[in-house]
Amino acid sequence: MFEKALKGNKYYWMWLAFLGIFMAIAAFCYVRQFNYGLGLTGMSRDVSWGLYISQFTFLVGVAAGGVMLVLPYYVHNYKTFGRITILGEFLAISALLMCLSFIVVDLGQPMRMLNVILHAQPRSMLFYDMIVLNGYLFLNILCGWVILTAERKEVKPPKWIYFFVYLSIPFAVSIHTVTAMLYCGLPGRHFWLSAIVAPRFLASAFAAGPALIVVVALILKRVANFDVGKKALDKLATIILYAALTNMFFVGLEFFVAYYSNIPGHIHTIEYLFFGLEHDGHVYNNLVPFMRMFVLLFVVGVALLSIPYTRRQSDFWLGVGCTALFISLWLDKGIGFVLGGFVPNPLGEITEYYPTANEIFIALGIWAMGFFVLTILYKIAIGVEHEIEA
Amino acid sequence: MDTKRRNFLKIAGATTLAGLGGPAVVERLVSGTSPAQARAAHGEHPASPGAKTHSAASGHEEKNAPTGRRLGMVVDLRKLRKQPELMEKIVHACHAEHNVPHFPNKKDEIKWIWRTEFDKAFAEHSDYYKDRMTKAGDVLVFCNHCDEPPCVKACPTRATFKTKDGIVAMDYHRCIGCRFCMAACPYGSRSFNWRDPRAGLDMNHINRHFPTRMRGVVEKCNFCAERVGLGKPPKCVEVCGSTRAMIFGDLNDPDSEIRKVLRDNFTIQRKPSAGTHPSVFYIV
Repeated sequence: MFEKALKGNKYYWMWLAFLGIFMAIAAFCYVRQFNYGLGLTGMSRDVSWGLYISQFTFLVGVAAGGVMLVLPYYVHNYKTFGRITILGEFLAISALLMCLSFIVVDLGQPMRMLNVILHAQPRSMLFYDMIVLNGYLFLNILCGWVILTAERKEVKPPKWIYFFVYLSIPFAVSIHTVTAMLYCGLPGRHFWLSAIVAPRFLASAFAAGPALIVVVALILKRVANFDVGKKALDKLATIILYAALTNMFFVGLEFFVAYYSNIPGHIHTIEYLFFGLEHDGHVYNNLVPFMRMFVLLFVVGVALLSIPYTRRQSDFWLGVGCTALFISLWLDKGIGFVLGGFVPNPLGEITEYYPTANEIFIALGIWAMGFFVLTILYKIAIGVEHEIEA
Repeated sequence: MDTKRRNFLKIAGATTLAGLGGPAVVERLVSGTSPAQARAAHGEHPASPGAKTHSAASGHEEKNAPTGRRLGMVVDLRKLRKQPELMEKIVHACHAEHNVPHFPNKKDEIKWIWRTEFDKAFAEHSDYYKDRMTKAGDVLVFCNHCDEPPCVKACPTRATFKTKDGIVAMDYHRCIGCRFCMAACPYGSRSFNWRDPRAGLDMNHINRHFPTRMRGVVEKCNFCAERVGLGKPPKCVEVCGSTRAMIFGDLNDPDSEIRKVLRDNFTIQRKPSAGTHPSVFYIV
């Protein structure tokens, strides 16, 4: 099947080359970082996780979001999602590859990576994260490939594969739950120490993942002559809308708990993220524009997905709405949640984090790598679909 | 949905949940205590003096009688406040002893023990109408060598671990540099080698009895495990000398000097609400 990825028009190759350039730059930047150390990033003693881990956290959500297609299609036999489900499975694969890459580039000693298995510590949440992320990656590769192969041969997929399909559903939930547990089990980090982190992660994942799928499906409709169907997109828009609103509800609850209880530790980070935090006569607010943009884009996205005209009559506005929500949720989780959690530090001091150019290029390159893999996987999937139709 | 499929989903769901929450539950059951309650005992004053020292030292209830050693420290801020230069001397001696690099750039900073203001060290204490002494005097902070260290729990490779003496130690050769322990530590006691630490050391004047680190690993105060193992006191305690500003000893030995000091003085700890049960006590 892989040969389908090797035939494409010039735009296909130009797109891959475009992504390839970013990957090459990132490879170069990573060599620099590997030789010098993580000091080439903007991270410090106080903000000890930066762009890498925040991207990782967000992308785990994108990977988990695919389950919003798998669940209706396989468990509820919702046939409308017949053509779009494979997009979700393949998106999960590329998102997970990005996640694992972000973890690796964040390690101080990447050559010792296998210590996580060789000297496993079952009390560490990272141990479980390693298991569920790799497990979910394996399941998606297996299910996607076997089902696509069967489709190509125009036979029913083998029965045994459904075991793995159903298994992938709790795995999707678990990857984001365990990722949330990396944060919400830490004493002394008030912003993260909240039982609602895991549900909030899931809600935002179930909006962000499908939102990206809608955008990609709309692009594929134009450039690859592959239409997943209006009804599928509309259903997906409903799922995105509810999930995004749920996420915002949870964010609102965090605000309530912080400000009504008036407990300083709970207020500080929220204050820092949304309004700027004053400390020793200086107001620290470098994340405020991002967080306000998060709220603004959320309102825009929800409005575009709620108004019948923009949602149903126009592919363009549906695309804009989903893009707005995707970026909004990225700002929330891929920027604010992780970086904000380090402010203030355990001694009540404030250090602001600014990523370096080297770090940003590595992050961009990993995103490019993810979209590179995604393009190839989608090319194969659509090639098979077209072959059947022909 | 047919019954078979539903049954399968039930089992799959239950198994996942068990996998996620199981270890924590089992641990609780085995230890047989309600930890939050049992260890909050520090600072309280039960009727009998025996019971008091017991709970202050180990934090465990009677049935969990302490076994082995648990090394701890008392920092007498009254004495340090009188001699701020002693604090400087301690910090310097510790960092020289352990080849802790000095980088002027705050982003690369590594520190094992340092001076900080009272409100920063004890953020949970009221800072309204502070008395002159706490306002003026700094506090020495370092790793608390917690009895329930969150960093040890977080470490995915057991590169940081608790020794049988209660020291929270680091294996610099196993650490993968994920920095999960830094996020987990409620005291900000851990530093990461963002770059080659030797660049911040005068290699002609390093302590040849203690290794330098490599870039990409986490480090912190080790209670001078390498000295304690040879029967010597930690460097900071040695520097304090006859001032007795820092007292080191076995918290599990009721006859030790540190236990006597704890019996005779009111002490506080950093962030007791975090449930980490620090082995470092402060006399204000």
